[in-house]
This record gives sequence, structure tokens and C-alpha cells, in this order.
Amino acid sequence: MVSDTSWMRNREGMGLWEHRGKVAVVGWGQSHMDRRWDGVTMDRSCGGLTKEACLKAIADAGLSLDDIDGLITSRETRAEQTWAPRPYFDPPYDTEDGLTYASADWIQRELGLKNVKYLKSDAPYIGPMMGLAAQAVGDGLCQTALVWYPMVNLEGRYGHNNPQNLNQEAPGATAFSLPWGYQNGAMFNNLVVFLQYCKKYGKSHDGLAPLCLNLRRNGLMTDWGYYSLHEPYQLTREDYLNGRVIEEPLVIYDCDRPVNTCAAFIFTTAERARDLRQKPVYVLNHAQNNGRGRSTMATLEEHQEAVASLARKMWEGSGLGASDVDIFNPYDGYLTFTQQFLEGFQWHGVKWGEAHDFYADDTRVEGPHPFLSSGGNNGTGRNRAVLFSDSIQQLRGTAGPRQVTVKADTALAGCNTPDSCGFMMFSKHPS
Amino acid sequence: MSTIPGLERPAPVPNELTKPFWDACNERRLVLQNCTACARLHYPPAPRCSQCGSPDNFEWKEVEGKGHIDVFMVIRDSRIRGFRSAQPINFAVITLDEDPGINFLSNLPGTPPGEVPMGAPVELIFEETSTGQLVHEWQVVS
Repeated sequence: MVSDTSWMRNREGMGLWEHRGKVAVVGWGQSHMDRRWDGVTMDRSCGGLTKEACLKAIADAGLSLDDIDGLITSRETRAEQTWAPRPYFDPPYDTEDGLTYASADWIQRELGLKNVKYLKSDAPYIGPMMGLAAQAVGDGLCQTALVWYPMVNLEGRYGHNNPQNLNQEAPGATAFSLPWGYQNGAMFNNLVVFLQYCKKYGKSHDGLAPLCLNLRRNGLMTDWGYYSLHEPYQLTREDYLNGRVIEEPLVIYDCDRPVNTCAAFIFTTAERARDLRQKPVYVLNHAQNNGRGRSTMATLEEHQEAVASLARKMWEGSGLGASDVDIFNPYDGYLTFTQQFLEGFQWHGVKWGEAHDFYADDTRVEGPHPFLSSGGNNGTGRNRAVLFSDSIQQLRGTAGPRQVTVKADTALAGCNTPDSCGFMMFSKHPS
Repeated sequence: MSTIPGLERPAPVPNELTKPFWDACNERRLVLQNCTACARLHYPPAPRCSQCGSPDNFEWKEVEGKGHIDVFMVIRDSRIRGFRSAQPINFAVITLDEDPGINFLSNLPGTPPGEVPMGAPVELIFEETSTGQLVHEWQVVS
């Protein structure tokens, strides 16, 4: 699915990013969010929600459709199944494109974009996709890029419709994992790493409770988020500790909830950004990890080294250090791996093994350590884009009730997992 | 079939890269790729050495089949069809004594779910899958 990784900043020693401060995010749009698509309402299909998010982002930036000359997206929508064999609909919903993903060609056609010269539909997922967009604008492949990331959730129990899990045979690399019950995705390996973490540092699962509760609290201050819209109540510590077990010790509240939604962003040059509606949020660097562990299961030590390397790449390319980062929104799809990012980037001085103590401190947005001010995916539903949109809103000063009270000049955001991720450094200032 | 009641493991399908490994399993031997230039074992099989990057120095090396339990959990709600009738079932990570950087998965046949002795030594066994292909497994040394 991924055609080219040569644009990535995935090695140490690459120096200051050549486009540091010369690319900016000037627009953001978030569609409606449902738990699942109902299979009937086309405006709430993947394509419908994508159009909604894209038009909102373009309007937010104060641009017209004719200003867009780059289109960037990802096929990784986590639909886990195709719409087929169910019957398709009338055009433009007569293929998977528009129902379980929304390609650049589909959006170009549907929005009637006339001036597009750069189309990319195969970004790996949102973390690297944001870096790809910044790099494309910086490299001059396009001047103003519309970038979107749908998350798709169809009818049925999540994971149980994945064809791989129904197969009696285990081909390819799965031959070394499926026969023992390993389920693909981030959950299993990161749970193993979490167990290794607990063993090494003497920690336990209940140390994640404060993180979960604070993310739900922040998520309830995000008016478009799943819980604000559909289940607007706070969790208690007892709720968390008694949550339905997914895989011991992981409970339902450790897992971001699959949802159906789309977010879109507008990237452009710093020069073009000067005259637009929103205060530009500049990109100071992007960095990626795309490695894997040595053996069947990546280990705690491998993940720690991966994040430490990611941090070194981010500091090197942005010219900033840990103490310069005001807003920090790392991925929280499973709460069991968020601590690796917190400790690896040493945000607010947190060292290896100290994350649970940090979670137990004051991490509210009103407090001194507003960790994951977005509410993350745990607090808003698995849309992943919230990590970036909150960072942008915090720097714009438009985060509303989530607006932090500490300085918000820089923000660091990214996903997905420690060994496979893309992060971006934002700033209110180009240098 | 598995000695774990109800378990129907998905059967490995060998390919060009992995056939020597699975053939050895059918002979009840555990063989790993060894890069003779780096003296580095690889598991699962890889197209090239993760250290020197060369595909040219691999040999298949039989290992002794002794290991230890690193961590474990209990699968109670598997998404994999063949595991649903065997739940709850152990899921453990085993480190190889000859090279602890190599790890394997195990359901620990013979150990009741959740009653896993962390850190305990384990030894290699083999279990049959639906196609007759044997897979490597580990059981606690009594």
C-alpha cells in the first residue's frame, strides 16, 4: 500500500529540517462522528463525511476550491472489511471508493477541484501522512494541500469481521503468530510490552486509571467528539477498574472506541499563509519511525529505544528540546503504550518508569501539566486526527474549554505506536 | 491436533522463505536462520540479516529448545475463530536460552489458564495442526 518512503525523516543525522518554519497548517475541518455507518445515510458514509470535513477545512482557511492544488490521504481507514458483498449504491457510491475509503481521485471528482497537480492516496496512516503533506508543500510539489483522514466503522463486532481471523490457515508472516492466537494490530504486542514495563518498574494496570479519567474529561470538552455527542458522562475510577476485560489486564476503557468520521487539514507555504483567515501554525519538523523488533514480539527495550530515537530525530530537525514543548499529544489508542512516548520524549521531565506517577499528578488542562489536552482517541473516539487538531487549536488559542493555561507556543503530536509512527512539531512562530 | 481442548490453530502455510523451517518442525526439530557473518540468529525467518543486511550468509541452525517464560496473559475473547472454543487460554512470550533476543509465542499446553509460573523454564514440544503441519510449542519443565 505504501509506495515510497524516501520522503521520510526516519533516520538520525538528517540535520535541521530544510523546510523548518516554511510550511504551515492554515485550515482544519472535522466531520460529524458516529459509532458506525448505518449503511443508509450517504452523508454519513465515509465519502460523505470526507466531503464534509474537506469543505470545512477549506472554509476554515478562507480558501476556495480553486486554491487547492494538492490532495493527500490514506487508505488505512481501519474499516477491517469491505462493503461488498453487500450491494453498492448509485454513483458516486458504486465502489468501495467512497464507502470504505475516499481516494484523492474520488474527492477531486466529487468536489470538482480543477487545479490539482499532486495526488497521493497511499500515505500509510495519519502520523506519516501529516509529514508527507508538510514535505510535499515544502518541496514545492504543491502549494496548498488538502489532507484528510477518514476512520471507518461498519456494522458488526470490531475485529471479528477481519477475514484473517476467520481463516483456517496462516499464510506468510502470520504463520509465526496466528497459530498461537496473536491478533494483528497494535493491541497484543503493546500489551506484551506493557506487561514487561510493569515487571521492570514494579507498576500495575491501575496506574493507568488517572490517565483514562482525564482523557474522558478532556474529551467531554471536545464538542464534536464521540462521548460529547453520544455518551456525555464522566467515568469513575471504579468504572475503569471494573471495565470489561478485553485481554488481561487490558479493559474496554483502555481501548479507543472505533468510530465513523473524518478530519481534514490544509497545509500551505508560510508565505501563502500570511494572508489567510487563520493564524498560521508553522511546522518545524516531522519525523517517523518505521522499524520493528528483532523477533516475534517487539520488546520494551526495543520500544524504548525506538521512541528515544524518534525524540532525537525530532529535536535534531526542529532545533527544539524537550523543555521547549508546551503541548504534547502522543497517541493513546491503547493506553498501554502512551507512557512510552511520555517517557521517551521526557516531556515535563518524565523519565523511564515514571509515567504512572505523572498520571497521578495534576494533568488537567487547567493545571501545570496538561498532557493530551486533546482528550486523545480515548476521550473522543478513535479518529487519531484529534492529536493534531487540538495541537493546532491550542496554538491558535481556540481550544475553548480545553484551552490550556500554560504557555502554548509549540506543540508535538503524532501516532501510531512507538516502533511505527509519525510525529510533527508545530509552532506559533516560524523560527 | 492440539493437546489444548477445543483449540484449532490456524495451520501455517510454508512459502519459499519459510519452508525449511516448517519442514524441520515436521521432523520435530527447531531450526533458525543464522547469519554466519554476524553470528546472529533470526526468528521469524527473514529475507536478509537484520544486522548486516545481506541475504547471502544464512544457514539453518538447529537450536536446543530450552527457554523461559517472559510474560503472559490469558486470552478470554479471541477474534480468531479457532481459539474461541478453547478460551480461556494462555498466551505467553518465551525467550530462547541460547539467545534471549529471540522470542516465541506459546499457549503453554499443560498449564491451566492463568496459572503460569512467570520466569519458569520451558522446553520445546510440537503440536499438530489441521493440515498435519507440526508447530513448535513450549511446555513448563516439571
